[in-house]
Amino acid sequence: MITAWREAWVGRLLLVGMMAVTLLPFLSLFVTALHPSGAYPAGLAWPDDPQWGNFLRAFEAANMGELLKSSALIVLGVVPISILLGTMAGFAIGHLRVIGARVIFLLFVLGLTLPFEGVITPLYYQIRDMGLLNTRWAIILPLIGLFMPFSVFWMRAHFVNMPGELSESARMDGANVWQLFRRIHVPLAMPAISSLGILLFLWTWNQFLLAIVLVDDPTKRTMSGALGAFQGQWGTDIPLLCAGSLLILTPTLVIFLIFQRHFVKALLQGSLKG
Amino acid sequence: MTRSAGARSSHRRTAATKLRDARGLVGWLFVAPALAFYAVFVLRPITLTFQYSLYEWDGIGASTWVGLANYGKVFTDPDLFDSLVNAFQLIVFFSAIPVVLGLAIAATIRRIAESRLALVARTVLFLPQVIPLVAAGIAWSWLLASTGVINQLLTLIGLGGVTRAWLGDFATALPAVGMIGAWVLLGLCTLLLLAGMSKIDPALYEAARLDGAGAWREFISITVPSLRQEIAVCVTVTVIAALASFDIIYISTQGGPGNTTMVPGLQIFYLAFAEREVGMASALAVVLMALVIACALPIQWFAKDGKR
Repeated sequence: MITAWREAWVGRLLLVGMMAVTLLPFLSLFVTALHPSGAYPAGLAWPDDPQWGNFLRAFEAANMGELLKSSALIVLGVVPISILLGTMAGFAIGHLRVIGARVIFLLFVLGLTLPFEGVITPLYYQIRDMGLLNTRWAIILPLIGLFMPFSVFWMRAHFVNMPGELSESARMDGANVWQLFRRIHVPLAMPAISSLGILLFLWTWNQFLLAIVLVDDPTKRTMSGALGAFQGQWGTDIPLLCAGSLLILTPTLVIFLIFQRHFVKALLQGSLKG
Repeated sequence: MTRSAGARSSHRRTAATKLRDARGLVGWLFVAPALAFYAVFVLRPITLTFQYSLYEWDGIGASTWVGLANYGKVFTDPDLFDSLVNAFQLIVFFSAIPVVLGLAIAATIRRIAESRLALVARTVLFLPQVIPLVAAGIAWSWLLASTGVINQLLTLIGLGGVTRAWLGDFATALPAVGMIGAWVLLGLCTLLLLAGMSKIDPALYEAARLDGAGAWREFISITVPSLRQEIAVCVTVTVIAALASFDIIYISTQGGPGNTTMVPGLQIFYLAFAEREVGMASALAVVLMALVIACALPIQWFAKDGKR
């Protein structure tokens, strides 16, 4: 009894300690952001005169309105198409079991662990030749391709467990393959699809490498890429940089807190499957 | 009666042919769009990376065939080779620390995993996974600066003597960058392992207790073997994160001071887009891709082996 009680308290202390370590960088960003612009504050010190206006100045300096719009457009371009294509391919490979399904699946799996740095150089020349450098398409189109291995892998894992009788009876009723997919299998796959959507949203929003290589104009980048440019421009004004960083990470944070259950589930499953 | 039975069987026959169609042309129409994007934006660039790696090319003018010379340079040029060594050193921080510490923490909090505190912790520990790595890099650069919080805390506990600009010091820059990675990945590993522990049959622990096993023995002979798959996942994810690291280092040190925190990802970026050494960048990229696969595959086999 006594050991169980002690174990529980050690566990609680450990948890609180871990949370403190996790939150420390956020706290430091926040406190520093309130210091007068251009100051070089020492450690964690609450300023005498908190400058709440820094957030407003950072909002304007980072052109946050444009950034939000740009990131939203990129997400809207990447996520729905990736989900649609990934679901269709996962359905054909996992459920219809098309001829050659094993080979094609293996081909997709090969791309699962691909570091983006491995393809970034040819991608740059390819996008340049397509005339898409410095447009949002330069991020959207490659990301769809780069997300295909995971999307197909994820959706196949769902469809492989769907019973074949489900489709046979629908086929008896005269449904064609598209109707079978659209009316029966997509509604049943919604949990898998929404988890995939959450993961793709996060990975798109936080994509950095493609943004800094393929797009020069920060207002056409993802949030993450824009933050890189913001650091370059305001790196010496620490309070402003901290305020800007906080603003830029706020949207994902808010969305995370709203959908946290789904997020945690999706991320845990996502890494288990991937 | 007979007619309807005959109609049904012909119906069934058409259904069967349709299903066969679905495995052929129709099914392939479902795969084709995904495959097209994958081929154009992944498979083609991979092939081109291989091709570029055999040439010397500045990205503008004509290219010269140099065979495997670029690969030779990757392994002999100290700057390039060091970036590979650094990436492997980062594995200690990105993988070993989060997995070992994650196991210890998960085992300790296993009994209170359903408490309200643990549920709050679940949300908090996930935050580093959700924010852009760039933001983590900026926050930590500031924490680790000479006037940052880390030094403030060290002074507070009487270790004022060791304070320094952690990211600017030749001796500490790489471990400091590694700690940022550990911070990002620790929460994910802990939660993954904790989720795995909740699936272990409690009867196993009871049996062990009856046999007089202590907490350590329990941990080694029940917890760790049962978590084989989860541990493999944590190791895979974190090893890839270490080998392919880019964002954190680009933001916090840019590979410096000197070359102490240079990693292959950043080196490829500089070679290809600043120094215009496309061939060298591609050779390094091929080596990086090969290393990632060489590390990921054995871990997967190891995990599968345990399952069977």
